[in-house]
Amino acid sequence: MSETKQISENAVEVRNVFKNYGDVEALRDLTLQFPKGQLTSLLGPSGCGKTTLLKIIAGLIPATSGEVLVNGKPVTGPGPDRAFVFQDFALLPWATVLRNVAFGLELRGVPKPQREEIAVKYIKDVGLSGFEQSYPHELSGGMRQRVGLARALSVDAQVLLMDEPFSAVDEQTRRKFQEDLLSLVQNENKTFLFVTHSIEEAVYVSDQIAILLPRPSRVSEIIRPTGFRNKDKDSIRRDAEYLDIVDKIWASLRTYVE
Amino acid sequence: MKLFGYELPQMSSLILWGLLWEIVGRLQITFFIPALSDIFVTLLEISTTKVFLTALSDTGYAFLLGTVSAIVIGIPLGILMGKNRLVDELLLPWVNMFLSAPLTALVPVLMVLFGFGLQAIVITTALFAIWIIVLNARAGVMQINRSLVEMAHSFGATPKDAFFKIYFWAALPEILGGVRIGFIRAVKGVIIGQLLISIVGFGALFELYSSNFLMKHFWAVLIVLFSLAFILAEILAYLEKRVSYYASRRAA
Repeated sequence: MSETKQISENAVEVRNVFKNYGDVEALRDLTLQFPKGQLTSLLGPSGCGKTTLLKIIAGLIPATSGEVLVNGKPVTGPGPDRAFVFQDFALLPWATVLRNVAFGLELRGVPKPQREEIAVKYIKDVGLSGFEQSYPHELSGGMRQRVGLARALSVDAQVLLMDEPFSAVDEQTRRKFQEDLLSLVQNENKTFLFVTHSIEEAVYVSDQIAILLPRPSRVSEIIRPTGFRNKDKDSIRRDAEYLDIVDKIWASLRTYVE
Repeated sequence: MKLFGYELPQMSSLILWGLLWEIVGRLQITFFIPALSDIFVTLLEISTTKVFLTALSDTGYAFLLGTVSAIVIGIPLGILMGKNRLVDELLLPWVNMFLSAPLTALVPVLMVLFGFGLQAIVITTALFAIWIIVLNARAGVMQINRSLVEMAHSFGATPKDAFFKIYFWAALPEILGGVRIGFIRAVKGVIIGQLLISIVGFGALFELYSSNFLMKHFWAVLIVLFSLAFILAEILAYLEKRVSYYASRRAA
């Protein structure tokens, strides 16, 4: 009874996943749950395999052994239940914003009028109205990632996989993105998996933070901030619990930074 | 280039060379070089004759068939080589070999295999053009942004979708570059074919005029051929420039 309940509560489950590249052990016996409707961050120093784990969940690379379940179903490849947001945006340089946002739907065979209607809605949602006919090279880095986000949202997948989505945008834009992400988690009934190497970012946006340590990669700790999650966006960064968690994570990560 | 404060249009140096040619022709130093103005007069005269028009259409037809087949076969083959390691390992040595091989030496073999008609000429033309098209399409695919491929894969692209919606477009600047150089090589191919295989088209005209020492006619046809090849190459270079506008920002 309690086990079935657990399955329904977790959108994604990673069970005993190993990943080897030749002799290199990228992930060793990794087990992790991602609760439905929440944002979980994968945080850790570079080389700890967080992007590898995310791509295994996405079905882009196979695990050497172990199992990944999305809504109780094992992952064998990419599927319509997941959408990926790329660190380098991965936009088609030869296509307009409209076509880029609609591209996920285009690949799924949605007819042009329908998919463009959906795309226009999400372009508006991410704040890019009026740029439908622009090309990616005409946009700033932040705007490009909004296009990438709109593309992932428009396919209406339950799970959003975000691979360091804000690392290539400037600091102010990044803060705005983090605030917008909080509203997104609140308003959309989706599960977010968020890879980052920024401690502050992870603590600011996450319901759950999984700290990954390298050599070999494993989950060292899971932290769930409770006190400030429902507070005003502006006061989170001044919250005592927020600051404590940031300090605590830094204390456990600092030994791994050369 | 600027001269006395004036911006000279591109290739205005050709005027200088043209003048030099005219002077040398007028001085009648050698029968081999008639005056440039005479050549143009001859060009106007023969350009309406049936012989010339037939030659033009024969050459154009063979050229078109040859380049179209080189493009239709070469681009997908190149993309496939760029995508698939095994296909690449199998074919790359051959492509490189044919690219640098003296293909003219192969023409007699082609004559044995395909006869003395249009077919052999078209194949010769295609053989001159195709290798650089293959290599460029391959290079274009190999430098494609990996995350574009992952993106398409993550949204469930079929191999066919990935081919036509990602690989082709991502490699387009390089593909066009290959087609441009392929066209220039194909001009060589079609003339060599028409000279060696069966004496038709412009090849026949060159043969006819040079063996009868009709130098004005010979140069006139040569100028027509050079101009056509040049215009084709320029059109493709223009297209290439337009798409590399996107390509230069491909990293984004």
